[in-house]
Amino acid sequence: MLKDKIYEDFNLNRNVLLDNFSEPIRQLKHKAFESFVKLGFPHIKLENWRHTNLKNIIENDYKHCFSPSDKDVDIEQLFQCELPEMDTYTVIQYNGWFMSRNNDISLMDNGVIIGSLNKAFKEYPEIVEKHFGKYTAVEKRSLEALNTAFAQDGIFIFVPDNVKLEKPIQIINILDADTNLITQPRNLFIIGKNSELTLVHCDHSILHRQSLINSLSEIFIDENGFVDHYKMQNKDAESTLITTINVHVESNARISTNALILNGGVIRNNVNVKLNGKNAQADLKGLYLVDRKQHVDNQVFIHHASSHCYSKQLYKGIIDDDARAVFNGRILVDKDAQKTDAYQTNKNILLTDNASVHSQPQLEIYADDVKCSHGSTVGQLDPNAMFYLRSRGICEHSSRMLLMYAFASEVVDTITIEALKYRLDTMVSKRLKGELSICDQCVLHCSEKAPDFLKMDFKPIV
Amino acid sequence: MQDNTDKILNDVTQNDYKYGFVTNVETEIIPKGLSEEVVRLISEKKGEPEFMLDFRLKAYRHWLTLKEPEWAHLSIPEINYQDVIYYAAPKKKAKIDSLDKADPELLETFAKLGIPLEEQKILTGVAVDAVMDSVSVATTFKSTLAEKGIIFCSFSEAVKEYPDLIKKYLGSVVPYTDNFFAALNSAVFSDGSFCYIPKGVRCPIELSTYFRINAANTGQFERTLIVADEGSYVSYMEGCTAPQRDENQLHAAIVEIVAMDHAEVKYSTVQNWYPGNKEGKGGIYNFVTKRGLCKGFRSKISWTQVETGSAITWKYPSCLLMGDESIGEFYSVAVTNNMQQADTGSKMIHIGKNTKSTIISKGISAGKSQNSYRGMVKMTKRAVNSRNFTQCDSLLLGDKCGAHTFPYIDVNNKSSIVEHEATTSKISEDQLFYCNQRGIDTEQSIALIVNGYAKEVLNKLPMEFAVEAQKLLSISLENSVG
Amino acid sequence: MLSIKNLEVSIDNKVILKNFNIEVKAGEVHAIMGPNGTGKSTLANVIAGREGYEVLNGDIIYKGKSILESKPEERAREGIFLGFQYPVEIPGVSITNFMKTAVNEIRKHKGLDPMPAGEFLSMLKEKKKIVEMNTTLASRSVNQGFSGGEKKKNEIFQMAVLEPQLAILDETDSGLDIDALRIVAHGINSLKNKDNATIVITHYQRLLDYIVPDFVHVLYGGRIVKTGGKELALELEEKGYDWIKQEIDI
Repeated sequence: MLKDKIYEDFNLNRNVLLDNFSEPIRQLKHKAFESFVKLGFPHIKLENWRHTNLKNIIENDYKHCFSPSDKDVDIEQLFQCELPEMDTYTVIQYNGWFMSRNNDISLMDNGVIIGSLNKAFKEYPEIVEKHFGKYTAVEKRSLEALNTAFAQDGIFIFVPDNVKLEKPIQIINILDADTNLITQPRNLFIIGKNSELTLVHCDHSILHRQSLINSLSEIFIDENGFVDHYKMQNKDAESTLITTINVHVESNARISTNALILNGGVIRNNVNVKLNGKNAQADLKGLYLVDRKQHVDNQVFIHHASSHCYSKQLYKGIIDDDARAVFNGRILVDKDAQKTDAYQTNKNILLTDNASVHSQPQLEIYADDVKCSHGSTVGQLDPNAMFYLRSRGICEHSSRMLLMYAFASEVVDTITIEALKYRLDTMVSKRLKGELSICDQCVLHCSEKAPDFLKMDFKPIV
Repeated sequence: MQDNTDKILNDVTQNDYKYGFVTNVETEIIPKGLSEEVVRLISEKKGEPEFMLDFRLKAYRHWLTLKEPEWAHLSIPEINYQDVIYYAAPKKKAKIDSLDKADPELLETFAKLGIPLEEQKILTGVAVDAVMDSVSVATTFKSTLAEKGIIFCSFSEAVKEYPDLIKKYLGSVVPYTDNFFAALNSAVFSDGSFCYIPKGVRCPIELSTYFRINAANTGQFERTLIVADEGSYVSYMEGCTAPQRDENQLHAAIVEIVAMDHAEVKYSTVQNWYPGNKEGKGGIYNFVTKRGLCKGFRSKISWTQVETGSAITWKYPSCLLMGDESIGEFYSVAVTNNMQQADTGSKMIHIGKNTKSTIISKGISAGKSQNSYRGMVKMTKRAVNSRNFTQCDSLLLGDKCGAHTFPYIDVNNKSSIVEHEATTSKISEDQLFYCNQRGIDTEQSIALIVNGYAKEVLNKLPMEFAVEAQKLLSISLENSVG
Repeated sequence: MLSIKNLEVSIDNKVILKNFNIEVKAGEVHAIMGPNGTGKSTLANVIAGREGYEVLNGDIIYKGKSILESKPEERAREGIFLGFQYPVEIPGVSITNFMKTAVNEIRKHKGLDPMPAGEFLSMLKEKKKIVEMNTTLASRSVNQGFSGGEKKKNEIFQMAVLEPQLAILDETDSGLDIDALRIVAHGINSLKNKDNATIVITHYQRLLDYIVPDFVHVLYGGRIVKTGGKELALELEEKGYDWIKQEIDI
């Protein structure tokens, strides 16, 4: 059982998991571990885990990597998958550890710090300690507790006030091992007042071993700051990927997230946003195109803790074969969060009778001056639209493709990085044709252009 | 505006609780507490056949293994189940076979509640089964109904007269294993109504059960069973009130409905149990399991509820859509005020092909109350080409209350379509100003707007009930002209 | 009847009306014209008593008394009617019920008994003719699903039912086609008498082809900058508002 293994791993590795850290961090990690012991792995009796059963997954044995790989890894060799058109700063995470040819952590001219969280603990303790674990519910959510207890490394980004990073930062998370691995990457992103950051987060595995990733990112956005976050998940069917993003948004600041799930075994994404200051905004989007026995579970929790905030959720999915999709979006509006605008939409299309969808959009509202709504639909492609296309001479198959493509476009079109949008467009059309599952490589590897019929110059009606 | 709102909702739910009186009838009660002996005693008192005692005991034993459900958005004070009286019945001198022999005090009680039991005086054409403290005290229009072959009687009577029907259908829709309160009810229920509509019969009059809790410290555990045979139709109404008492009283009822091929059952409830006082003292705990089984082809079950009472409401009238092309409907208005809590909604489980369901829920929260919609729509793999449409709206009056929406949508086939929409907002200032500008004060404007908001659901009620419900929502003018 | 003196009004700390003056007597029709964003709708809302407007200075005297402290419904019962630019939809509330509530509230204010249902219904029927309304009032909710024209007709219909002494019609002509405009204008004209007054707020001159004003005021920068007879409207139409702006700015 994984749980036993975790107890053992923790106790045998206290030196690297606890002793290496400063007192406050050590205490937090210790508390987190106690909490995990108490809570255990999530099970299906928990409201938020009703449809994602980890039972079989946690019966397996996985190995932690308690130190960076000493293997001489040639990243260039391993990985040349930057989008040629996309100009980014690239950082690599290798089996959970930050990896770099030069510096483990660097301070740029504009005051931006990028690098290993492990190094940041030592070199920038005051910044890290102010934020690390502050946006995470170690007492309530066991996987966040587990990550906190085992957190050793990950990406650390600090953007000081009034800095707009022009290039996106691309984080590539590579899993490469010949045994079953469990990793607990921990990222911390701190964005100062009036600053902006775009993050592109890709998960990528090299070897087809069973793996379990339990990653946690904390994002703090100070007043009037903005973070545009993209997550691309295109992993092999053997992996289990659990990601949590905890975002704390101060007044007039904004967070935008985009989860694009094109492939994977079991994927569970938790996004928890706290709108903590007046006029804070959250715009959360997700697209999942899954087939075979894939399982994707998006959990979104938006906490309106202040007045005049705005949040919007748009999650769409196409579910094929025996795949299963879960959406649980919760909006909580505090008593004092007057003038809240909160919207939530979840739309699903099932392609087979073996596919299934579980959708739970929830509103929990304690303030009265609010405008909140949610909508959830599960259904087929619009028969009128189908007929319209076919009456123009497009065959049924192509009509279906076109409409599905249009369905997905609502999310893809919101991507603001042009090169990424174009790539995603291609990915989606390939995915819809069932070609992508053959390619188990990173999303960004694929260089084929979109098929012509998808590029035709008219907007299909949906 | 807050004051006005409170006032109006007080009118609706609180100050105007005119049913809070206590009737002085001699009541036979058994000692407090629950045990296998108590279950046996209840069965014995009712002179039940063996199969009923078996059913009760199985239910009781199962109940012992269960815990109260905790998933609802309710904070329920701990209930001491040993502190409840499980059987209280107005004492009868002899078996009542006509109303003349009924206790005049009882008749008066129901007259006070606006439920005339004397047949000759009834002009409304509603057959009533009156249940006081879990025991059916009178059923009207029996002979008229009998001519059509319709059975409408108290549950105890049905157990004796129609044991085969009871054996066949009791627990067939809500098994005693269903949940904590269903198990409790199955073990201790004292009475209720039974209704059977034979093949092809359209019940010519509305059937109605009127529930009244009277005795103190008692729980009310009644059970309703409606069986609509092929091609039949019945409209059934349920009303409830209770005296104003400081302690909380437990009401754990079960309603089971079975609809065969082409049968249609319309079940309407106006729930106005005592909600407790402004500080949340007293009031009924209303934990009810209501479920309909659309067993036959093109059968239809429609639930309509107007919930204004009870300190705590835990209630999810549901439909199991088994028959192909069967239809389930749920229309609800739930008002909570002061310290009331409601967690209510519906479940639509689609099993047959081409089945359809509709859920319309209107929640209105005021005071410090918490009002939640909880609903499930499930399309099984078999339920191809099925449809659901759900609309849940919540209206907030004041900033101390809460309105919550918890839908669960599970779809397991590709040809079904499920649509769920929900909105939450406060009463619109533009609407209020518009009404004000025409000379209508804020108080009346709110009443008008709230009534309009609930209209869609109120319209689904049978005429007799609509009037009562409208009054409950403090309607002054609507439908009185034009 | 209405006398506004040195009125200064702000919303969200932004001053919209300043040094605004107008004098309206019974039997008169006043037109207030002006470019967008000069405070026309603010004026209408302030007279009707809408919340959210802060009166910083000046007074509104209606029938000899200041009404600044009166609630909207009190003003309405005293005979002030606002024809809304964007009438709000009130789902589930039938027009009949809505009007009956309003009529009886006003009657109660005047010390009268509620109008008997029969009388009320035949009165509605009569008033419907004024605006050639053929909707079944009992079955339709207030403004819900109405076209732009129907909404405006409904406003004038309500004005006919409530028989106000001072009617303020805010952009009643916007969104109307030529036939609806004619009907609405006819309605307004036929309700005019020597005891009531009308303030028509409009953007365009075209409504004034049908409703002939005694005075035309040009509102600009939160105050009346020019007053004249009906010919002023024509001049405005011809020369545009820029003409006024130039005149002011010089």
